[in-house]
Amino acid sequence: MKFKVLIVEDSKVSREHIAATVEAVDGVEAIATSSGFEALKLLPRQRFDLIITDINMPDINGLELINFVKKNPNYRDVPLIIITTEGREQDRSRGMALGAAGYLVKPFQPEDLEALLRRFLKPL
Amino acid sequence: MTPGGKALAEFVAEATEILDALGRDLLALDEARGQEADPEHINGIFRAAHSLKGLSGLFGQERISQLAHAAEDLLDRLRLGRLTLDDKVLDTLVDALDTFQALLGEASRSEEGQELTQRTRAMEDRMARLGSPPPAVEEDPLERLELDGTVRAVFTEYEEHRLRENVRRGVSLWRVRAAFDLTDFDQGLADLNARLKPLGEVISTLPSSRPGGANGIAFDLIFGAKVDARALEAGLKGTPAELAPLSVRPPLEATDTEVLPPLGADEEEEGDDEGLVETTSLATVSSPPLGSPPRMRAVTPPATVVGLQAAASAPIPAGRPKSEETSMRSLTQTVRVDIGRLDGLINMVGELLLIKANLQRLAETSGQDGTVALSKLFGQELSRETRQLERKLEALQEGLLEARMVPVGQVFDKLARLVRKIAREAGKEIDFVSSGGEVELDKLIVEELSDPLMHLIRNAIDHGAEGPESRLSAGKPRRAVVRLRAEQKGNHVVISVSDDGSGIDEVRVREVALARGLVTPPQVSEMTRRELLNLIFLPGFSTRSSVSALSGRGVGLDVVKNNLGNLSGIIDVWSERGKGTAFHLTLPVTLAIVRALVVGVSGRTYAVPLNSVLEILSVQPRDIRTVERREVLDLRGQTLPFLRLSRLFHLPEREVNRHFVVVVGLAQQRLGIAVDELFGQQDIVTKPLGGRLSGVKGISGATDLGNRRTVLVLDVAELLEEGIAQERRRA
Repeated sequence: MKFKVLIVEDSKVSREHIAATVEAVDGVEAIATSSGFEALKLLPRQRFDLIITDINMPDINGLELINFVKKNPNYRDVPLIIITTEGREQDRSRGMALGAAGYLVKPFQPEDLEALLRRFLKPL
Repeated sequence: MTPGGKALAEFVAEATEILDALGRDLLALDEARGQEADPEHINGIFRAAHSLKGLSGLFGQERISQLAHAAEDLLDRLRLGRLTLDDKVLDTLVDALDTFQALLGEASRSEEGQELTQRTRAMEDRMARLGSPPPAVEEDPLERLELDGTVRAVFTEYEEHRLRENVRRGVSLWRVRAAFDLTDFDQGLADLNARLKPLGEVISTLPSSRPGGANGIAFDLIFGAKVDARALEAGLKGTPAELAPLSVRPPLEATDTEVLPPLGADEEEEGDDEGLVETTSLATVSSPPLGSPPRMRAVTPPATVVGLQAAASAPIPAGRPKSEETSMRSLTQTVRVDIGRLDGLINMVGELLLIKANLQRLAETSGQDGTVALSKLFGQELSRETRQLERKLEALQEGLLEARMVPVGQVFDKLARLVRKIAREAGKEIDFVSSGGEVELDKLIVEELSDPLMHLIRNAIDHGAEGPESRLSAGKPRRAVVRLRAEQKGNHVVISVSDDGSGIDEVRVREVALARGLVTPPQVSEMTRRELLNLIFLPGFSTRSSVSALSGRGVGLDVVKNNLGNLSGIIDVWSERGKGTAFHLTLPVTLAIVRALVVGVSGRTYAVPLNSVLEILSVQPRDIRTVERREVLDLRGQTLPFLRLSRLFHLPEREVNRHFVVVVGLAQQRLGIAVDELFGQQDIVTKPLGGRLSGVKGISGATDLGNRRTVLVLDVAELLEEGIAQERRRA
């Protein structure tokens, strides 16, 4: 069975880039959504092994999504990776404080993301 | 298309969309100049710059990506309140948008000009250099807000800044809690947001960790209300929202100085600022520290400032390098189609398939038994199906044409932005009024229109509208009005650009036309005022030196006229001294498929677009009179110029005992075209003539009449001109 990775990113370009990088790893399936709302709808419907989320998004921000996931007994064990923009240290540290497992700084290399996937999706 | 070309087209299309969105928010900010900026517009522009950076980075568009990066930095400082949105910043953003559009233009042609690269660098510098941080606040107002630490922990830097701003301004803050069904919470939240928006600012939306039941989800909205508690409660009546106030401790010092960002600088100073900004950005070597412009203003002698301003308000077409005149034409070939329209088209295709099945059945029946095929019933059925087919095809065609239609408002928005910019540069006070933006035209025409309209508006502001002082002394209101209006009239759309400025001096027009040898003294002596005004459209009428001599009207108007001619359109001018000037552009709604009249002349067949045909007359040769060596007809008491197509195209003339005269007209002009035969009407798709044939006068292209015969399509706009030119020559 494949690992399922939920991607939450409002920028189309970035979302497709992340999805392509994730799908390039054998045994991993990417489910990409463009907003926190969509993620909230998807979460109860299927099991995810990892969530990758942007921070600055229009409806609910990534920090709120992390908080929601971490406080809900059904999802709290799913590791979260945040994607942040250079120079946004405060957002990043808040994300980590809320329980994110790792972070990437845009623009990132595919290898960086792949390394994180291998760290959190075991055995891969 | 090559794979590379396709990727490029995709990039250009997406980048165009982003820049359009950015432009809309920027216009909103520009319109509210001097008032407090709506944080949503600033955030919108920030997001656009951010998306553009990502997009261009991915497609290897380095220059755009770097400029977007610089813009994003600037906008981030703005939205986090580290920089105040003043006129200087706003002007920089408007210019940055121009640069982005120029860059995208080059990218779409796979070019990378040195000049633009330098301009881009200068723009990046200019953005980085902007900086007038708002005065620092002693105490962080957020400390005064009693808010659960865990709630604050999920705020982004931006949300935190907005919250801080609200506390500082003493806005009453609320926690709005609402629970929804998991299946449609987004709709519920959108409805709630729509109710809240007019009442204040939604700062953050937090999904609650305590879900409302198995299939529910709750949200906490942190809301800054600009209305009192009662109004807020009334506004939320009928929604699932519960209100709880967030308490804020009063500031430590009652005399807390108000730290609202300074509102826009006054009008008079604006020009000075512009000049000085240019100076500082040119003198990059000295790299002035932040906040140096005010100091420079103090030491710059006033004379220099005046000089700079004068240079800035010099007539733009003469003083400006061509490369800066960015075309507003959009770079993409895509049309967004309403899904309802597409569904309608698909339904029609379904109905066509049904008819095809019926026809197939009839064909099969006819093949089985010869007697059935000849029966009357069979014939009736066949013709019924054919009629159905015809009707459906017509509807399909109409639907497809509609899909090509876009509102002219798309161009109007871009022009509105331009007006403010030009007015500032020219030191004029202009009220820009546009109407009829909802009128729809073929996408192709709308695209081609933007440049001519830009030209006309620039002329209206630069040369039509007077400065505030001379308006006041002429007894007019201080601010000039420039109007842009679109109106549908039958098959045509009329777009007018008008101003209430000084009008065109026809005496000077006559002098200039004579001086340039465009007309002879006997010719002008016969001309009406209207004909005199129309001289401004002649090629060679305007040159740079005539700009100041004739208050500049006529700068490149021949180009505008040509552009319109290519769209089968026509331009007309009205002007009255002291009252103003108006240009009327008459355009067909679409160029894609037109209904045409098929006519015969000397054994050849031609098509005349029906949208410009007014009527058809049958005329005896003796009805044609010659007045001052022009052939004319009397039409209900009016004299109608008469043109023999056979003579124009040098075809052998036939002896006929009557002429058919096709009366064509666009705007105010009329012409009778003599033909030998009328064959009927047909829908045609005009294809342009290529190569050497493309310049043939009076022919706009060729079309296939369906019986594999190719015929030429007459260019009515050109024929009208030819008719007038002939009159002039004969005179």
